[in-house]
Amino acid sequence: MAGPLIQLVGITKTFGTGAAAFQALKGVDMAIDRGDFVAVMGPSGSGKSTTMNILGCLDQPTAGVFRFLGQEVQSLTKDQRSLLRRRYLGFVFQGFNLLARTTAVENVELPLIYRGMGKTARRAAAMRALDRVGLGPWADHTPAELSGGQQQRVAIARALVTDPEVLLADEPTGNLDSERSVEIMKFLAELNEQGITILMVTHEPEMAAFAKTIIHFKDGLVENIERSDRAPLLAVSGEHA
Amino acid sequence: MLGTSLLLALREIRRHILRSFLTTLGIIIGVAAVITMVSLGRSVTANISDQISSLGSNVFFVFPIEGDRGQFRPFDERDVTAVREQIAGVKSVAGQVEANVSAVHNGQDWDSKVEGVNNEFLDARGIKMGEGRRFTEAEMEAGANVCIIGPTVQEEIFLPRQSPIGERLRLNNVDCQVIGVFATRGAVGGNGDDDNSVLMPLTNVQRRFTGNDNIGYMAISYDASYDSVTMTKSLIDLIRERRVLLDGQANDFDIVDTAQINETVASTVGTMTVMVAAIAAISLVVGGVGIMNIMLVSVTERTREIGIRLAIGALAREVQLQFLTEAVVLCCFGGLMGIFLGFALSYGLAGALGFDFIFDPFINVLSFVISALIGIVFGYFPARRASQLDPIEALRHE
Repeated sequence: MAGPLIQLVGITKTFGTGAAAFQALKGVDMAIDRGDFVAVMGPSGSGKSTTMNILGCLDQPTAGVFRFLGQEVQSLTKDQRSLLRRRYLGFVFQGFNLLARTTAVENVELPLIYRGMGKTARRAAAMRALDRVGLGPWADHTPAELSGGQQQRVAIARALVTDPEVLLADEPTGNLDSERSVEIMKFLAELNEQGITILMVTHEPEMAAFAKTIIHFKDGLVENIERSDRAPLLAVSGEHA
Repeated sequence: MLGTSLLLALREIRRHILRSFLTTLGIIIGVAAVITMVSLGRSVTANISDQISSLGSNVFFVFPIEGDRGQFRPFDERDVTAVREQIAGVKSVAGQVEANVSAVHNGQDWDSKVEGVNNEFLDARGIKMGEGRRFTEAEMEAGANVCIIGPTVQEEIFLPRQSPIGERLRLNNVDCQVIGVFATRGAVGGNGDDDNSVLMPLTNVQRRFTGNDNIGYMAISYDASYDSVTMTKSLIDLIRERRVLLDGQANDFDIVDTAQINETVASTVGTMTVMVAAIAAISLVVGGVGIMNIMLVSVTERTREIGIRLAIGALAREVQLQFLTEAVVLCCFGGLMGIFLGFALSYGLAGALGFDFIFDPFINVLSFVISALIGIVFGYFPARRASQLDPIEALRHE
């Protein structure tokens, strides 16, 4: 497909109306190519979360054009956006957001259930995704029985199980200690090497350092875009299981 | 999509098994109450109908009562003849008189009663022969010393597995020959055991036991195609005329119509059943409100989960269907458990109260369908609320 994977042109977002109106985004332009690993940084209130919500098709811009795979998302209905998320996006959250009292494998299966996949295929795909994050042996454990790092890896497996085009990660290491954080970031970088486009919000420069592109937000605008020109962090061939 | 919702709903219910059970408790109790009440109502009606039909169906009983001036005037055989000849629609009419006796056979004795009757009485009361034969014309005419015994009498004083036919039986000072055993009539409530009785020709009992020509009551069986109200009126007119009652004097006799009793009892029990079932149905609705309450709490409690589902691509209507399915599945489970509980309760209660248990498929199916409907009605609002959550807000929810 020609052109960038994601393109934002003059995106604005206003919350509230009248005197209470607050403009969170004041005309954001950016383009993200397939295979990129983007870290979005900025102080709170800079509009990075709002942008991520729009990129994640969870929220609609007030004005502007948002193209995803060439499709103008801002004109889609709520259900169409849901289907877009289901088909192309994977989400990883700061708080892991796994279903409590639900085993790891059942959590990972969840997106496949909405895709209408049969039981056997679903279980097999979920197990593959868990193996990919190294948690195959923990498949039958509930989140309460897993450490924070493990929970986040289950969440990543859940995001990966549908083979998404883009992985959106909102402060994926925000609830983890630095050792686990590095572990998760290495894993994300590895996934990126395998071809998944990753968009990540973070406020930690050490984590952002794993990305290929860092976009800085300030006051509802893109302040600057930093391209890391160093070689891929890990010497991986991309032929991982 | 429905399969998906069902799967998710079942998982959710399994995950909160105790809460799910408590949620459905209202439905369980409601359904069980409705089913128990209706089944018991049916059992009671059937039981009473049974008792009444043991009196014979479409039968008038006419018996003397105290008149205005305290006089008590019995009927006699001429009244019986008059009814037979002058009332249209009468199939058979017979008088009966009875006395308490002590029945003795082979040194065994037993307190029973002797009833003076004829074959027409057997017809009117619908008494069937279990063994042996009825009276012959000659025996009735002559008042012969022959008798037909009831099953209780046979059981109490004759040897088991030995036919009493042809055996001698002594009733007080009267010796008679057993010619038959009548089939069980069943007990009529409050009347003692109708099977504990010895039937002898009427004239014999009048001569040997009561010492007069009186009869205790008349049993009149009538053709069901005749209107019992009209017949009752003609009967009253006839008997008043025969007893020379003036206008203004009250009847010194009473007429009981079994068809009428049957109808009255059935409709009374029916009304009561509907009333009690309606009260039970209220508990079913309360159960539904309970489901809605828990579902609403559950939606709030699971806001984050709903946010996750929406974020990973669940459609609003899929979330709505999931919650609706949860409510309906809960209610259906409740309905099923209620049916089992209701079955157990009505079976147990019917047994304890000595009624025959009657399984009514209609009320079982109806209760189940109503529970499912309650799930839909009371699940709709919480489900709609869940589906309308904003995924961003929902994910932020603590």
